[in-house]
Amino acid sequence: MAAATGDRPRLEIRGACKRFGATIALHEVHLEAQAGEVHALIGENGAGKSTLMKILSGAVRPDAGAMFLDGVPYAPSNPQEARAAGVAMIYQELNLAPHLTVEQNITLGCERHVAGFIRRAADRRRISEVLTRLNRPDIRPEAVVKRLSPADRQVVEIVRALLLDARVLVMDEPTSSLGLADIERLFQVVEHLRTAGVTVIYISHFLEEVQRVAQRFTVLRDGRNGGSGELADVTLARLIERMIGRRVDEMYPRTPHTIGEPILRIESICGRRLPRDASLTLHRGEIVGLAGLVGAGRTELLRCVFGLEPVRSGSVRIGTLGAAAAAARGSPSLRLEQGVGLLSEDRQCEGLAVSRSVGDNILLSRLGPVARAGWVRPSVWRRTAGEWLARLDIRAAGPHQPARELSGGNQQKVALARLLHHDVDVLLLDEPTRGIDVANKAQIYRLIGELAARGKAVLIVSSYFPELLGVCDRIAVMHRGRLGPARPAVEWTGHELVAVAASGRGAAT
Amino acid sequence: MSTEPTAAARLDATPKSALRERLAAALAPFMGALVVIVVFYAIPPHPSITLLDLQTVAVHMVIVGIAAMGMTFVIVSGGIDLSVGSAIALSSVASALALRHGWPLPAAIVLALATGAACGLYNAALITLLRLPPFIATLGTLGFFRGVAKWISDSMPVSAPADGLDLWVRPVPAQSWLPLAPAVWLMLALAVFLAAVLRHTVFGRYALAIGSNEATARLCGVRVTRVKTQIYVLAGALTGLAGLFQFARLTQGDPTVAVGVELDVIAAVVIGGASLSGGQGSIAGTMAGAFLMAYLRNRCTVLGWPNFVQEMIVGHMIIIAVAADQWRARRAALR
Repeated sequence: MAAATGDRPRLEIRGACKRFGATIALHEVHLEAQAGEVHALIGENGAGKSTLMKILSGAVRPDAGAMFLDGVPYAPSNPQEARAAGVAMIYQELNLAPHLTVEQNITLGCERHVAGFIRRAADRRRISEVLTRLNRPDIRPEAVVKRLSPADRQVVEIVRALLLDARVLVMDEPTSSLGLADIERLFQVVEHLRTAGVTVIYISHFLEEVQRVAQRFTVLRDGRNGGSGELADVTLARLIERMIGRRVDEMYPRTPHTIGEPILRIESICGRRLPRDASLTLHRGEIVGLAGLVGAGRTELLRCVFGLEPVRSGSVRIGTLGAAAAAARGSPSLRLEQGVGLLSEDRQCEGLAVSRSVGDNILLSRLGPVARAGWVRPSVWRRTAGEWLARLDIRAAGPHQPARELSGGNQQKVALARLLHHDVDVLLLDEPTRGIDVANKAQIYRLIGELAARGKAVLIVSSYFPELLGVCDRIAVMHRGRLGPARPAVEWTGHELVAVAASGRGAAT
Repeated sequence: MSTEPTAAARLDATPKSALRERLAAALAPFMGALVVIVVFYAIPPHPSITLLDLQTVAVHMVIVGIAAMGMTFVIVSGGIDLSVGSAIALSSVASALALRHGWPLPAAIVLALATGAACGLYNAALITLLRLPPFIATLGTLGFFRGVAKWISDSMPVSAPADGLDLWVRPVPAQSWLPLAPAVWLMLALAVFLAAVLRHTVFGRYALAIGSNEATARLCGVRVTRVKTQIYVLAGALTGLAGLFQFARLTQGDPTVAVGVELDVIAAVVIGGASLSGGQGSIAGTMAGAFLMAYLRNRCTVLGWPNFVQEMIVGHMIIIAVAADQWRARRAALR
């Protein structure tokens, strides 16, 4: 049964355990991946994926367990040692110096030099070689990184890892900020890596994507193994079941809702750069989706409507407010007064004040009900925030816990709770389910349905088209700043949405 | 919802370790101050602590303490004010000039506060209208306010009748039933009030939220420009009050006084546990920091150490306080 050392897997993690204080992050976790394999690591947020990857990359030391690379014991005590051993991470937040060139970034810390003078020709040749091998010769080594698209920056990171002779490459949610075309190109790069014999550990919430790109999988659930095997042998439903430990009957629960009078009228809005021309009418009790590629101008449209970005021409009318109110320059505070709220696509940098408490984050936009004459009443504050935690099933130690300590899904529910506490009539949701786990996604979909049933209007921007098809009444596609007509969701197919988003054809009619 | 009872139960069951940690973070500045005080007291000679010592330290802490309370609001909102020393000099000159021209005392007090508030308003205008980083804006006004103070005083100390103001800062108060000088009582009362303002008012929450994440505050409809202006004006008015006591101590308005005081003020706030990147800080901590600064200076004087030793020690107090804060933040981020 014991295989010869030559057959040992590229990477083996055996019985990894880690606890942080009272919480057990990992318990007896195993993972095995062969050379030339894309291995998907899947699980809900908080299941222990990132802890496991931190152990693998040397950022965290395990309490127990062992790791082997090609059969050789591997116990890095810091990320440098891990890299030297051939394990590299491509992080969600990219680690590049924006002002330096591709070449300078790639060789940073490992420049080849003669007496301190960098031998640029040698470096440049090596980099061009790898870029060609990855089929991306269009990325020039002398380009400045901040001018590259997020997708290209990711390739730069991959090149950096390859030049360090990485044998194991960890990719954490590599597609979460990419558009469809870029995702395709990334998949090609991953395929190249695989055929070159690199082991790729691929972490993603997009299970369809995982099924396409990976061959084998390991599921983590509550810090324990939830199963592993060949992806070809399992269905999507089975995978989800393994992740959350039970069956999801319905991913997109629908609450019946009736559509009422118009509440938000967007009339040929043009922003500073984007959008170029967008008109849309949103009714009470209606859920409308905005599909499109990343960078098409959907986020900018929401921000123009909310008054966060200047509107060059066009108007936004809310409810029965007349043209005068529409002409007034919008600002977030004015829009909130008028009953319009925005959920930011960027939880960490904009959506939440992560160092403040969960309670403050929920109540901040409307402290009035918990204050008297400008003084916040602690007991009312605590009770009100606590009610929201319970209502949205937010897993937090209490309203005083800093928002930073919550998982992504729970943070998103905190951001949503703020809009509910403000009791806005129009919810502008920008990528409401990005980077959060399946169970929380389903809860958010249900919540959106319930809001519509209570007469709220919801406008959702999402790059994950199946969810738009699942929850929306109508869907409009934006292409290069122009918004097409909103058609009933039943008239769209996923294929059509992708086609129109990519080409713009059909959107103009 | 069926999850309600469990959710409610979870709310009550705040983990003890988290509570303990929060308590530890809140008490850290006081423990730090206590350690430093004990260490410095251990250096001989150690005379028995008398009431007079405490009275002296308390009075010496008034100027930095009052200005540091304003600075706390500025720093928790993610800002910084380097112009405090100059603004103190300017308002002390302004109040001296007023008294010399025969203004009644209340009018001179109001003038000092208004001068400080005007300085704060000017800072706020530079920061919010020109969108300058607070560090640069107040670096500029550091020179500007000092220049104005010299201009209106002809670069000469302005002597003026103290009108009883000097009694406010006399270490041993005239009234025997007051163990501490009136200015100290005023500072303590302000501290209690402002601590409540920071922790328990909508304004305080907005200040903390802006410091924690300005984009979020804007998203939540907080009128960021207005709140920032209010913060700098409040800090300015407190600086004006500090300037008034600066005048009271010297009974003259000296345009060259309080050079470098901004460093003591910022040090007091940072030692008090506030984060220079905003979103964190407390008035109680700041008062502990201000007391520590005053105690250190007093102790060095008692020990007969020259001024430059004080400066070397105080400089490192800031470094140690910030290093401790960063270490704590790193550890929190690792978990």
